[in-house]
Amino acid sequence: MLTKRVIPCLDVRAGRVTKGVKFKNNVDLGDPVEMAVAYSDGGADELVFYDITASAEHRPIDIGMVEAVAKSVRIPFAVGGGIASLADMERVILAGAEKVSVNSLAVANPQIIADGARAFGAQCIVLGMDPVKSDRLPSGYEITTRGFREFTGMDAVEWAKRAAGLGAGEIVVNSVNADGTREGFELTLTRLIAEAVDVPVVASGGAGKPEHLVEVFREAKADAAIVAGMIHFGDYTIAQIKAEMSAAGVPTRMGW
Amino acid sequence: MESQEASIAIVDYGAGNLTSVKNAFAALGVETVVTRDPAVVAAAARVVFPGVGAALSAMESLRSLGLESAVKDAAASGRPFLGICLGMQILFEHSEEDGGVDTLGILPGRVRRFPKVPGVKVPQIGWNSVAPNHEPRTTNHDFYYFVHSYYAEKTADTALVAEYAGVEFSAMVRRGKLWACQFHPEKSGRVGLKLLSDWLSI
Repeated sequence: MLTKRVIPCLDVRAGRVTKGVKFKNNVDLGDPVEMAVAYSDGGADELVFYDITASAEHRPIDIGMVEAVAKSVRIPFAVGGGIASLADMERVILAGAEKVSVNSLAVANPQIIADGARAFGAQCIVLGMDPVKSDRLPSGYEITTRGFREFTGMDAVEWAKRAAGLGAGEIVVNSVNADGTREGFELTLTRLIAEAVDVPVVASGGAGKPEHLVEVFREAKADAAIVAGMIHFGDYTIAQIKAEMSAAGVPTRMGW
Repeated sequence: MESQEASIAIVDYGAGNLTSVKNAFAALGVETVVTRDPAVVAAAARVVFPGVGAALSAMESLRSLGLESAVKDAAASGRPFLGICLGMQILFEHSEEDGGVDTLGILPGRVRRFPKVPGVKVPQIGWNSVAPNHEPRTTNHDFYYFVHSYYAEKTADTALVAEYAGVEFSAMVRRGKLWACQFHPEKSGRVGLKLLSDWLSI
């Protein structure tokens, strides 16, 4: 049986994994390759890396890091942040990443999804989206870009359908409202998108305890879920999360 | 052993990224050569035939690179041969992809698209369990990483099966030293490395 995936997210800043804590500075968590190996050995089904300062600093993604991760782990991983062109996508994929994630770039230039899917296959192209609650759009959610700073006027469900139609192989739905709260995924939003598209949907934002993953898989039809703070700060291990998923009857990869 | 290890060819026919395959063998301490040279494929002691993408363009590039007969000969030669993902699918006779494509025909069997089932996403992306295609069908706790929209029908060569969209399909076929898997052993953690290591010992 196909299992639900648990995906640790690693935000990389100047070569180190960091995590922003509300109202505080970013906390240094460790070396990306060492953390990737530890999470992979600990039962992660996949990994996602965001080079969170690449765009702001107008520099390409750190390819050396992508190559080092690819040499060190034997599970799939996605890379996002600082992807500005098809050539950038190619560099990341040739360095050994399974998937490349685009977000603001795709909003500005949706054709990049189609071009990427044609060049590398739809399974390589992940659309990241940052929807926020909004009364002025039919689905009740509006797409934001540039780290939630800009509102686009685009409806989240319409954008998901369009991106899937263009060739996005997977959609990461990162709830702006739930992000960083650790109070649970935004189930309504996740379910809306999961029911609207035929491609897998990854829930992101709000994971604080194992029950939250059980909820998003059972109630919101997510195919995968992203975890960050709850594992980075040692509150839970991936093994604990998976044990709880498995006990709740969620198909889970055990015995890694 | 060294000369044998040095002659593992990974066939590069433009169908996807081969870095992960090369990295996985490197993790086992085994050198490989990524090549699109038919002569290198012909001379290799072992041949790995990976691939992601579409059947039609894969067949076209195999032909335009002059690799089709080298790959067929390698698969028929009795030398260890390992097909992965699309590199498994095009070993069969025919694929429904791209409106129907005749493929290499090294193995009897056909490749079909997953049926549309409400609530079931296609492609299948993620870790699925496999089971032996023979009695006793003991529960197998090995999970492998799959990414595909088309599947190979079960045949007499099917060694492992998996289930998706209500279909039980060939997750792995074995005919002598020709092995081929739908999943990606190079991305399937320790379990995947074990499979590659088993293949290296045949």
